[in-house]
Amino acid sequence: MFWQQVVNGLTAGATYALVAAGYTLVFGVLEIINMAHAEIFMIGAFIGLLLVTGTCCPVWAAVAGAMIGAGLLGWALERLALRPLRKQGVSHLAPLISTIGVSIFLMSLAMKIFGPQSVRFPASVEPRFFNLFGTVNISLLQIVILGISLALVAALKVLLARTRLGKALRAVAENPEAAGLMGVNVNSVMAAAVVMASALGGAAGVLVGLQFNAVSPTMGIAYGLKGLAIIIVGGMGSVAGAVAGGLLLGAAEVLAIAYIGSSYRDAVAFIILIAVLLIKPSGIFGKLEGRKG
Amino acid sequence: MSLNKRILTFLSICLSLALLVTAGCSSPSGPGGGAPNDAAGEIKIGVVATLSGDGADYGVSIKRGLETARDRINGAGGINGRKISLVIEDSHGDKNEAINAVQKLINRDRVLAIIGPTNSGEMFAAGPVADKAGVVIMGTSNTARGIGEIGPYVFRNSLPEDNIIPITVRKSKEKLGFNRVALLYSSNNDWAVSSAKTFEEALREQGVAIVETQTFADGDTNFQAQLTRVAAAKPEALAVSALYKEAALLLIQARQQGINLPVMGGNGFNDPELIKIAGEAAEGALVGSPWYAGKDDPAVRDFVEEYKKRYHTVPNQFAAQSYDALGIMAEALKTEGAAADRARFRDALAAIKDYRGVTGRFSFDENGNPLMDAVVLQIAGGTYREVK
Repeated sequence: MFWQQVVNGLTAGATYALVAAGYTLVFGVLEIINMAHAEIFMIGAFIGLLLVTGTCCPVWAAVAGAMIGAGLLGWALERLALRPLRKQGVSHLAPLISTIGVSIFLMSLAMKIFGPQSVRFPASVEPRFFNLFGTVNISLLQIVILGISLALVAALKVLLARTRLGKALRAVAENPEAAGLMGVNVNSVMAAAVVMASALGGAAGVLVGLQFNAVSPTMGIAYGLKGLAIIIVGGMGSVAGAVAGGLLLGAAEVLAIAYIGSSYRDAVAFIILIAVLLIKPSGIFGKLEGRKG
Repeated sequence: MSLNKRILTFLSICLSLALLVTAGCSSPSGPGGGAPNDAAGEIKIGVVATLSGDGADYGVSIKRGLETARDRINGAGGINGRKISLVIEDSHGDKNEAINAVQKLINRDRVLAIIGPTNSGEMFAAGPVADKAGVVIMGTSNTARGIGEIGPYVFRNSLPEDNIIPITVRKSKEKLGFNRVALLYSSNNDWAVSSAKTFEEALREQGVAIVETQTFADGDTNFQAQLTRVAAAKPEALAVSALYKEAALLLIQARQQGINLPVMGGNGFNDPELIKIAGEAAEGALVGSPWYAGKDDPAVRDFVEEYKKRYHTVPNQFAAQSYDALGIMAEALKTEGAAADRARFRDALAAIKDYRGVTGRFSFDENGNPLMDAVVLQIAGGTYREVK
């Protein structure tokens, strides 16, 4: 049963990692915390839901549609709430507040359109099970969720390491002024970072919707807080840290429920996170010193 | 320094305003508010219900049930020629609002009696206020322990879960014959914890072993860890005490994990929303209820038809219980002098015996709680059906 619980924890953790990767990408490149990320995640879940129930679409198309929709939303967010502030050279707190504003707006909008009730995904993946090593039953749904999340994070990692855009992103993350002087279009690179982060969030929304069948306008809040905790523990700006932190938090939560009791879930999970920070204050994959603006 | 001063002035203005407002509220009439109604006009009954915010569904059903009952009673000539009128207040599901509404109904509208409020918590706050003023207050949806015990003027016609759950367990066991049950409940919701305790006692009484107990919290969406533990304990049935949303998610995830066991539920299962969210996964779930819309009884058929004509939906237990509540009050009003005097009305109400309503045969016990039977329903084909 222990390994069964580990599998449960890792599937939950994989979606946390996906949410956290979005936070970490925006933080790494723009050096701001995007408080609207959790609500973009929620809107992504609703877009996926509409695609699956409304028309045709299989799971992969719902994920792709949610990524496109959430990506567009991320682009709008960058153009309307982040770029104007950046131009005026205001403090780092201003975009924090403006993204909080966007997050409240998106949540109210979703309440208005979809109502406050949770809605469920139709059973789009059959409940089929695979037996591993005789003791662990992993469901097809769990495999789909683990597979899609890890594939997306891996794709992000490759994009950052191998492509021109990735190089530009890393250059802007290192030093935007210098990157600009070298001919990198800093504004578009920052927009690209927010769009990619939002697309990851949208995909995570669909996967969480599939996994727990609860899509509601307030679903982002808990995931947003977890995502923030994960990037701090994983190391701000590190994609590998987001994955490690996400899986750690997911496993810690599930094992706490299984072996200690559900009321201690958050307490145990966060004690572990604090312990990690005490040992390594910059986070698992964090560098000791961040970039100095 | 100047900032401090400004804050001080601001605070003192706020304070004096607050004083003015409270003084204004309490001055026009003392507690009790004098005699109710005019001697000959309409008989005014106050209603406090959650008509907006979370739980608005409940309040709207209650209002509809009451209005259907009012029109039926008035259409049949009223009470000795006098018509009943309802003065309806929204409590937003908030304890303080419920107290304010009760005070307004007693002091300003001078109602004879009050129906509501919707939640047990609101009743625990507002019930004592009405009781102290000597005005009957009657809950139609409160299921917690100890409502009638608040005071002599506090009544309810909603059956508490202490009565319903043992019936649910007994009937389910008769039908399905299980001996090992896993209990799951929401541990941060007072009501769910209390009905989980009732489940525990009822199961023990029936000689059923509880092989695993797992908890979660309101608002949780991931129940996989708990369900994995439950599956490992190999129960033959589940007992679940939670609000409909958590209950529905739990049912879906249980089916996803391949747990296909019969499920007994508390009052949270008594909501069509559960079927809407859980869909197929809700099939076969069992729940006790005071109300069954498909009952073979002419009074029930008439009520369901009338209600459907007015609101284009089948009445739920909240509508049915409030429909009966006004019927019970109307019965008490027929007693000599009860329509003009709050104390006499209280005595007439307490004396109600074997009232035949749409929720069955009804009497009050010595504390003002209901004495009546519950039916056990099973979800089949996306709707509730009575278990015989």
